[in-house]
Amino acid sequence: MTEKVILAGLGGQGMMLLGRLIAQAVMLDGKNVTFFPSYGTEVRGGTAHYHLIVSEEEIFSPVIEEADTLIMMNLPSYLKFKNFLKPNSLLFLNSSMIDKIYNEMCIDIFRIPATKIANDLGNVVASNMVMLGAYNAVKNLVSVPTFLSCLKNVLKGKKAPFFEVNKLAIERGAEFIKNSNLVNSHQLH
Amino acid sequence: MSTEKNQKLLLTGNEAAAEAAIMAGCRFYYGYPITPQNEILTHMATRMPQVGGTCIQVESELAAINMVHGSAAAGARTMTSSSSPGISLKQEGISYLAGSELPCVIVNVQRGGPGLGDISPSQADYFQAVKGGGHGDYHTIVLAPSSVQETADLVFDAFDLADCYRNPVMILGDAQLGQMMEPVVFNKKQNPNLYKKPWALTGANGRRKNVIKSFYPVKGELEEFNAKLQKKYRQIEAEEVRYEEINTKKADIVIVAYGTCARICKEIVKIGEKLNIKIGIIRPITLWPFPCDIIRRVSERVQAILTVEMSAGQMVEDVRLSVSGRCPVHFYGRTGGGIPSPKEILEKILEIIPIKEKVTCAT
Repeated sequence: MTEKVILAGLGGQGMMLLGRLIAQAVMLDGKNVTFFPSYGTEVRGGTAHYHLIVSEEEIFSPVIEEADTLIMMNLPSYLKFKNFLKPNSLLFLNSSMIDKIYNEMCIDIFRIPATKIANDLGNVVASNMVMLGAYNAVKNLVSVPTFLSCLKNVLKGKKAPFFEVNKLAIERGAEFIKNSNLVNSHQLH
Repeated sequence: MSTEKNQKLLLTGNEAAAEAAIMAGCRFYYGYPITPQNEILTHMATRMPQVGGTCIQVESELAAINMVHGSAAAGARTMTSSSSPGISLKQEGISYLAGSELPCVIVNVQRGGPGLGDISPSQADYFQAVKGGGHGDYHTIVLAPSSVQETADLVFDAFDLADCYRNPVMILGDAQLGQMMEPVVFNKKQNPNLYKKPWALTGANGRRKNVIKSFYPVKGELEEFNAKLQKKYRQIEAEEVRYEEINTKKADIVIVAYGTCARICKEIVKIGEKLNIKIGIIRPITLWPFPCDIIRRVSERVQAILTVEMSAGQMVEDVRLSVSGRCPVHFYGRTGGGIPSPKEILEKILEIIPIKEKVTCAT
């Protein structure tokens, strides 16, 4: 089993945190993992992107050439990374910020209104966790209790009150997928 | 951050390098910011006060390397880090450290050059690292990790090697290794008192004074000192060579690559199996001393050797010297932030193997 994920979004949409926490959780589950962030000359309003590889075998290059999954939070990110898709990739889109796109590769697309769901929960910043809930409902890569304990480690002290809303966001993301019909064919290959 | 022994942590290569230095007993770190190695400086700024050490963000790279000189002369474990343009600025200081036989660790998280270049991964500082870099007949021991775990392990070993030989040790990484996160376990035992330092400047109360210098103006003295240095370098060459050997026994072709490139080449071995091409790898871990012997031995039984680097061809010169014409040596490289893809390397191999077969038939 090897899963190559590219996560991208507007700076501030929390893709760095999301990717790091997934990496941490799968590491604690005993899998190999590499997490390669974009760094340096990023500009305000630009896309921040991250390459995450999870495998039971040795991981060679941490740079992804063909992704199994794209998690895209806004349109510029999608346009930048759509060429990394292959015929059996899965595409998770934040449909609150990515309107209509043409499905060139005829792949399975999961459109999750993550910004809206997070906003309805009272914290727009939690849209990354909605995406995690959705992604995990399809791929079942991360054990949620491990993930939550990693999240608890990050949201300590002053940030502790934000834990509940993040947990809710994960649950809402998962519910959204379960209420749509696409899920069964994709339970963990 | 807590670093209990055997605890698995998810860290960048930069953070792992910094933490390993602290665990090895380094208590004096001097750095000046430059991407892609800033996490070393920021990690040290957080951690050094917690362990009673000193981290100074200095005014320039020159200040950093010369403060290392001072701390090393006083007998402390000390480190500085930078990326390519910054390491160029430190070269005078490194020559003085080698000339004064002072142990220290210098981390170079390489980026693209020449000049200010860019901030992408590169291996174009090989010549500078292994052929001296500064003036005079000297060597630094150069260690090249290829994962975050190995970065931690080699930084730890670097302090021991430095103390053992009274010599600067360089860790030659690159932007990808520095920025990438991987699981890492700090499982080495700290033993900073392994090497006594009777030569250190600790105050001459009750003993004869020690002198640390690299200046020998009296005729003949400098030549004598150089002979001593060379004797030490021969000993290091004899005892400290490290490399990883994969699948070389029955290989048709062997790739020589280090660091990030070696990681990518390991993927080729698997792809080669499917295509019925036996591909082996020699991954130098010490770039100086260079693993000449193993490369010479392997060159006697393979069709060809391919060197893969993120440079225009630097280590390939040492590979050619080791092979001395026993088999063809090919090169594939990318520069300026380009990272060779497994596909490109495989194409190069498929180019080489048929050519070699024709030559075999003709002779």
